[in-house]
Amino acid sequence: MALISFVNVSYTYLKDTPLEKEALDSIYLDIEKGERVGIIGKTGSGKSTLIQLMGGLIYPTLGDVFIKGKNIKNWSSKELCKVIGIVFQYPEYQFFAETVFEEVAFGPHNIGIPEGKLEDCVKSALEAVGLSFYEIRDRSPFHLSGGEKRRLAIASILAMEPEVLVLDEPTANLDPKGKSEIMSYIDKWITKNERTLILVSHDLDEVIRLVTRVVVLKNGQIIFDGPSEKLFINYEKIEEAGLDIPEIVKIRKILLEKGYPVEGAFTIHEIVERILAYKGYTALWKC
Amino acid sequence: MEVLKAFPLGQYIPSNSFLHKLDAKAKIIASFWLILFIFLLRLNLSYLFILLLILLGIYISSIPFKYFLKSLKPVYFLILFTLIIHLFFGEEGGKVFWRFGIIRITELGIKMAIFMSLRLIFIVMITSLLTLTTSVLELAQALEDLLKPLAILKFPVHEFSMMMTIAIRFVPTLLDETDKIIKAQKARGAEFGKGSIVNQAKSLLPIIIPLFINAFRRANELAEAMESRCYRGAQGRTRYRNSYWSLKESLFITFIFCYSVLLLIMF
Repeated sequence: MALISFVNVSYTYLKDTPLEKEALDSIYLDIEKGERVGIIGKTGSGKSTLIQLMGGLIYPTLGDVFIKGKNIKNWSSKELCKVIGIVFQYPEYQFFAETVFEEVAFGPHNIGIPEGKLEDCVKSALEAVGLSFYEIRDRSPFHLSGGEKRRLAIASILAMEPEVLVLDEPTANLDPKGKSEIMSYIDKWITKNERTLILVSHDLDEVIRLVTRVVVLKNGQIIFDGPSEKLFINYEKIEEAGLDIPEIVKIRKILLEKGYPVEGAFTIHEIVERILAYKGYTALWKC
Repeated sequence: MEVLKAFPLGQYIPSNSFLHKLDAKAKIIASFWLILFIFLLRLNLSYLFILLLILLGIYISSIPFKYFLKSLKPVYFLILFTLIIHLFFGEEGGKVFWRFGIIRITELGIKMAIFMSLRLIFIVMITSLLTLTTSVLELAQALEDLLKPLAILKFPVHEFSMMMTIAIRFVPTLLDETDKIIKAQKARGAEFGKGSIVNQAKSLLPIIIPLFINAFRRANELAEAMESRCYRGAQGRTRYRNSYWSLKESLFITFIFCYSVLLLIMF
């Protein structure tokens, strides 16, 4: 059985009240170990509900969620934390500790990592997001810059070394440099530790570089599930979900129409390389 | 969002009925008048006519009856208590049906038990009619208007109402945020309500501290936003939603007033 498995899952907020709202409708979704999945959709499409269900923070109104073949209702919350690590949107709004060390050590301490090992945990988590352990450990988390806060918040989840890392809009409200930094740190951590990644976003440009499979949500239903490459061929699905087609896909479409062999190229870099190779100028492109 | 479920505030149910469209001031005056009036009524058939009036109100409000029953829930115990006290420890009067020491069931006791419980039920029903058909913001504005005479006594009516409106406006926001923080900390393995009292209190810190910090941050942002839009208190301030006391409201108040006075005279 898959690592994470949704079987006919529906979720309704405020059931049996006049404000009742169906967030997810009959979802079937399997995520295997080691996969890198992007979940995209507009605000209100059910993305956040989906990840809350994965973390056992809410239970489905109908249907079942299985983690490693065991119904999520039978998992203890601590055991589940070791498997699924969720970084919520604007995670820096959950800071509470006096020092960076305490903030990062909160999670590992809760799931029962012994005191002696805590320092190693915190150190490697901070370093994984490019923060210097010795410089920062005794500072207040509230006095860091915006980008540093976000990285610290991500580190506080990485410190628990979850098998699956779930991130909800990890780069929201950051400047472009901060965004690409965070993405590359996440990429490195996942690759190095061979973990599963679930990246939730409304920005396809951000997601495509890190994931190999994309799930598109619209009004609580999955309207596409498959390899990223396939999504960019059927980009009407992206439009159907009410999202912007990434610039890179638009450019690629034009180039393909003009006969350039750029299938499967996801970055400007790759596209340029393909074109140069096609024209026989490989040596010129070095930067 | 789920925290909201347990919270009674915001029980307003939007609709387009006559009562919903009625100006909040008229509804507040009418409810207060009726509640006061119930205490003036003699305990007789007049209660039936009050019940009829309330049922009529519920009917034209087009709100399902179950919401009114739900609103009675918090006072079930109070009603039961009133009923028992009056039934078994009632005043001497009329026939005595049963007596055991200080416990006695008398004719007057039974009558009082019924009427006192009805009184409570009526009061809750009338209040529910007001709160189910009026949004909290409308209520706050209407209250500001009704309190305006107090400005003569230097009472800061506008500031008071602005504070109230902001406080009410942010209750759902804060609840929503509490919910988010609880979930985020749970995802970090936090457990609440377990262990010794000291540990339980300690386990609340990761919720309370972020909540306070965010509330202050939000208050700051709001103050800046208000200042940058030149908010300077009540002076020359107009409203987005103007109150609209029209013939409809006057007729409504007149009807309620005449109906109740007639009851007082007839019974």
